Amino acid sequence: MSNVEERVKKIVAEQLGVKEDIANDASFVDDLGADSLDTVELVMALEEEFECEIPDDEAEKITTVQQAIDYVAKNA
Amino acid sequence: MSGRRVVITGLGAVTPLANTVSETWEGIINGHSGISGIDSFDISPFATTFGGVIRNLDITQYIPGKDAQRMDGFIHYGIAAGCQAIDDSGIEVTEANAERIGVAIGSGIGGITGIEECYAVYEKSGPRRISPFFVPGNIINMISGNLSIKYGLKGPNFAIVTACATGTHNIGDAARLIKYGDADVMVAGGAERCTSSPTAMGGFISAKALSRRNDAPQSASRPWDKDRDGFVLSDGAGVVVLEELEHAKARGAKIYAELIGYGMSGDAYHMTTPSPGGEGAARCMRNALRDAGLNPEAVDYINAHGTSTPAGDLGETQAMKTALGDYAYKVAISSTKSMIGHMLGAAGGIEAVLTALSIKNQIAPATINLDNQDPECDLDFIPNVARNMKIDVAMSNSFGFGGTNGTLIFRRFE
Repeated sequence: MSNVEERVKKIVAEQLGVKEDIANDASFVDDLGADSLDTVELVMALEEEFECEIPDDEAEKITTVQQAIDYVAKNA
Repeated sequence: MSGRRVVITGLGAVTPLANTVSETWEGIINGHSGISGIDSFDISPFATTFGGVIRNLDITQYIPGKDAQRMDGFIHYGIAAGCQAIDDSGIEVTEANAERIGVAIGSGIGGITGIEECYAVYEKSGPRRISPFFVPGNIINMISGNLSIKYGLKGPNFAIVTACATGTHNIGDAARLIKYGDADVMVAGGAERCTSSPTAMGGFISAKALSRRNDAPQSASRPWDKDRDGFVLSDGAGVVVLEELEHAKARGAKIYAELIGYGMSGDAYHMTTPSPGGEGAARCMRNALRDAGLNPEAVDYINAHGTSTPAGDLGETQAMKTALGDYAYKVAISSTKSMIGHMLGAAGGIEAVLTALSIKNQIAPATINLDNQDPECDLDFIPNVARNMKIDVAMSNSFGFGGTNGTLIFRRFE
């Protein structure tokens, strides 16, 4: 597992209270039980961890763990 | 609907003494103090360094940790006490009764620590770091909201805010809703957490409201003692389940006491000082007696507001003489705040719990630290030792900043 992947999954686990292993294709809302407020806070936590700013229109497109990993790998 | 009667069928408590009703009651009847040093932030620059702090509450017993981390502690305390009360009542929420069960749990101040923490985040990192959970995690009606979500309670859902009278007003108004027919069951009370907040501590200190007895915190709350020097700020929650009598009987519920009277009044005098002679408080007690249809002589025990402030304790003493006449000298009175401090918006809630238990167990708690009674406060304040006595009718008083007053009257149920 890459460093970025590991860090993203750690944040997802903390923010969404997930105790099981997190699959890369897991959807925050459909698979991990997030609601609209959870996803906003999750993006904030990613910004904090990777010291970047994710614009709102980009943030809306990040709906799965893999999309978060890809975004961070490319932009952070 | 005027024939509908309201009884208490469930109790919940989170207090500086303990995080359950039974352990809190045990501490109360044994005259223990729950007051300790504040250690959640650097208290050393403050003139008062102690309070009634909640210790070792495991909120994940009641709600998932993920949800809990997004709420201020006052909501944790209210949810914990609410869950305890619902569990204690044995009420089962079904599709058939859900719309008839409501929640009314308030707070005097709400998520002030959460507000401070969020403002610190904003100052450090700017507006983009303000959590989407900031607002729902700190506003006052979110105990009622979260309990309704957890249990599927679809009846009336609200939270009255009246400073130190909050718990009493939530319970009184909730009982009225049951009498009026809007609900059959109401989960009602109050919750508070302020000792974790530097600005709340600082504000009460600046208002000269708090005791400064830093060398002996457990002796600081000493209602009607001549050396009293202010109240002790405390955290926690007190919640009762109120139920329409026939509804409670039909399901074979245990009944702690009946709620037979509720009175309110406004001082119309000053933001923080009680009106001269306790005039507003006296009208409040009289209104409750009238609502209950009782003469003063029917009251056996009063759980007083008794905060340990010089002006408040004197005002309440005078108010009792005005409201009860000569009988004020005969009735047994105590302040459980001498042991658990002043839980502000939770005070009326926990004092309703303790008053119901006083009736159920026929024991009036003591006023501890009453070593040298103020000669101007010359009533029977049950000094230092709890009293086994006949209690058929008991009264509970709450008076708040703004000059807002509330009195509840409970009767033994047989």
